[in-house]
Amino acid sequence: MTLDFTVVPAFLDVILLGVLWTIAITVAAALVSFFVGIFFAVVALYAPWFIRLPFRAFEWLFMGTPLLLQLFLIYFGLIQIGIDLPAFVAGVIGLGLHFAVYNSELIQSAILAVDKGQTEASRTLGLSRMQTLRYVVVPQAVRDVIPPIGNNMIALLKDSALVSVIGVSELTLSAQQAIGRTFRPFEFYVTAAAFYYVINLVMEAVQRRIERRIAASR
Amino acid sequence: MDVELILRVYPFFIEAAWVTIQLSVLTTILGLACGALGAAARLSRLRVFRAIGAAYVSVIRGTPALIQLFILYFGGPQIGIQLDAFEAGVIGLGVNIGAYMTETIRGAIISVDRGQTEAARTLGMSRWENMRYVVLPQAARLMIRPLGVNINALIKGTALVAAISVVELTYTAQRFIGSTYKPFEMFLISGALYMIIIYATGRGIAWLDRRARIV
Amino acid sequence: MTDTAFVEIRNAAKSFGRLEVLRDINLKVNRGQIVAIIGPSGSGKSTLLRAINELDPLSSGEVWLEGVQINKKLPHRQYEKHVNQVRQDIGMVFQHFNLFPHLTVRGNITLAPKLLKGVSEAEADKLAEQQLAKVGLSEKIDAYPSQLSGGQKQRVAIARALAMKPKVMLFDEATSALDPELVEEVNLVMKQLAEEHMTMIIVTHEMGFAESVCDRVLFMDQGVVVEEGPPEVIFRNPESERTRTFLRKHIESNTR
Repeated sequence: MTLDFTVVPAFLDVILLGVLWTIAITVAAALVSFFVGIFFAVVALYAPWFIRLPFRAFEWLFMGTPLLLQLFLIYFGLIQIGIDLPAFVAGVIGLGLHFAVYNSELIQSAILAVDKGQTEASRTLGLSRMQTLRYVVVPQAVRDVIPPIGNNMIALLKDSALVSVIGVSELTLSAQQAIGRTFRPFEFYVTAAAFYYVINLVMEAVQRRIERRIAASR
Repeated sequence: MDVELILRVYPFFIEAAWVTIQLSVLTTILGLACGALGAAARLSRLRVFRAIGAAYVSVIRGTPALIQLFILYFGGPQIGIQLDAFEAGVIGLGVNIGAYMTETIRGAIISVDRGQTEAARTLGMSRWENMRYVVLPQAARLMIRPLGVNINALIKGTALVAAISVVELTYTAQRFIGSTYKPFEMFLISGALYMIIIYATGRGIAWLDRRARIV
Repeated sequence: MTDTAFVEIRNAAKSFGRLEVLRDINLKVNRGQIVAIIGPSGSGKSTLLRAINELDPLSSGEVWLEGVQINKKLPHRQYEKHVNQVRQDIGMVFQHFNLFPHLTVRGNITLAPKLLKGVSEAEADKLAEQQLAKVGLSEKIDAYPSQLSGGQKQRVAIARALAMKPKVMLFDEATSALDPELVEEVNLVMKQLAEEHMTMIIVTHEMGFAESVCDRVLFMDQGVVVEEGPPEVIFRNPESERTRTFLRKHIESNTR
């Protein structure tokens, strides 16, 4: 069989719709993973042991098993307990939780790395522990942690392809739909790869921009 | 929790775990080879090689591993490559992790203090002799732990071949979820096995790292 | 009640593990007094200062501010509330400034008043402007700490502490981290505060400044107060040999 990329343009509408969904899932999951990550980090560092331990167990489980397996668990597991979520939502939850755990580790390091003097100054002024965390420590930690979290978000983009396996109509599944009609897997998967690559480049450029902004304001 | 079910099906999972282990080992070997070649390319004096190395890393790290697998397995026949799912899995994942290992290896080599090379060259050693006797031995020690991180990701990455129907742990989990409607139990068994494999590998890496330090 | 000192430390002792850093310190400071604490590194002077606002709580002993015991033993939740409340009355200036880098100068000064005293945005801004004018940095109100020199940072830090209208100000080697030419601007601000009768406890290496500003000087060494008295006595004619030795070494290293 020879390669024939001319079949691709006819399916561009399907592909582009898939691109939109991929971006949607990535952004949604990224937001979830960011805020849940902050929550996990604060729990890991400051919660009493009977709250901290179950969370740590969950994180340990999620860091030691493949994302695909976790997606299966969440999608089919939720159905089993009666919650029938659309695959998109299950995908966002799965991706979001998975990366929240990794983000949490980064955020914990960043919080611990904030200079002790900041806490001292804040407590000295009379701010409580919570207030110190909220207004002085976490804002600084978040700034420091944006580059590595940016890397996680880019990884999230690539891992979003996995939700095609639970039936979400993002870019990978769209490519498969086109393949189903044309029987030309190479052309369409390469096309899909190209789109992922472009989105990746854009994300990296945005991340560099943000990093420069932060460096300048120091 | 349905313990009776777990006891009934776990043999299938043990078998599948063995496939996962095989995939991991073979992929690691291929990955290290690609990583070494990639690092050599990126550090080469020749611009062509540097460009090829950079392109390899950029494209492979910039696109989903799943897509790379699909291109190889489903699209391969179109360009004359006929692989069975297991082979496609090893090659696809190996080339993929190789891009990450390229950066790990390159990073370790770069982080060896410049003064080492200066001293070696001053004594009269050639570029290659410097690499072989001075830089690489030191870099090798530095790259063990970060490569361990790559391998950790690799083991979890083998789950992707479930999407091309290789009967490994994740595929088996999905299959049994479909027939027993007990996703939590199936997650537990497969998850436990993954974690055992990862833990064992981690201890191996730590041991290697310790040994490297004494020498 | 006029007998009771404004700030009082009774039988203060502090150990880090087996290391005794403070041994039975007693100190009384009256309202409006300026007290300097001098001594070699490791003498415990910073530790003593930091014990006053419970930053490094004492192992034993009491700290009182205007009739209220600062280091009260309370159940955890109440202790937290108590300490946060008391700290609003005690201002502290650190050796390394500890300004909040993610906030502007305005933000640094207004954060605590807005959060803890319910001051409105407009009032807080006014307060910030007042305090900055006092330390001579009005034009820097919207700058970020990273854009300021060391001396300017420390003056902002002083303004930040003053904005809470504290009853007493603690200075922990406020000029030790500054380049020599920037020390004077901070000293000027501190002098000004002294003239306004702020109660101040100053840990410092600057003997000249201590002598010109302070009412009393304490010399500490190895966790105890070796000698205390007015500056002209301590600096010109100390009683204790240890004090003499310390001052002599200090002058030698300064003139080198």
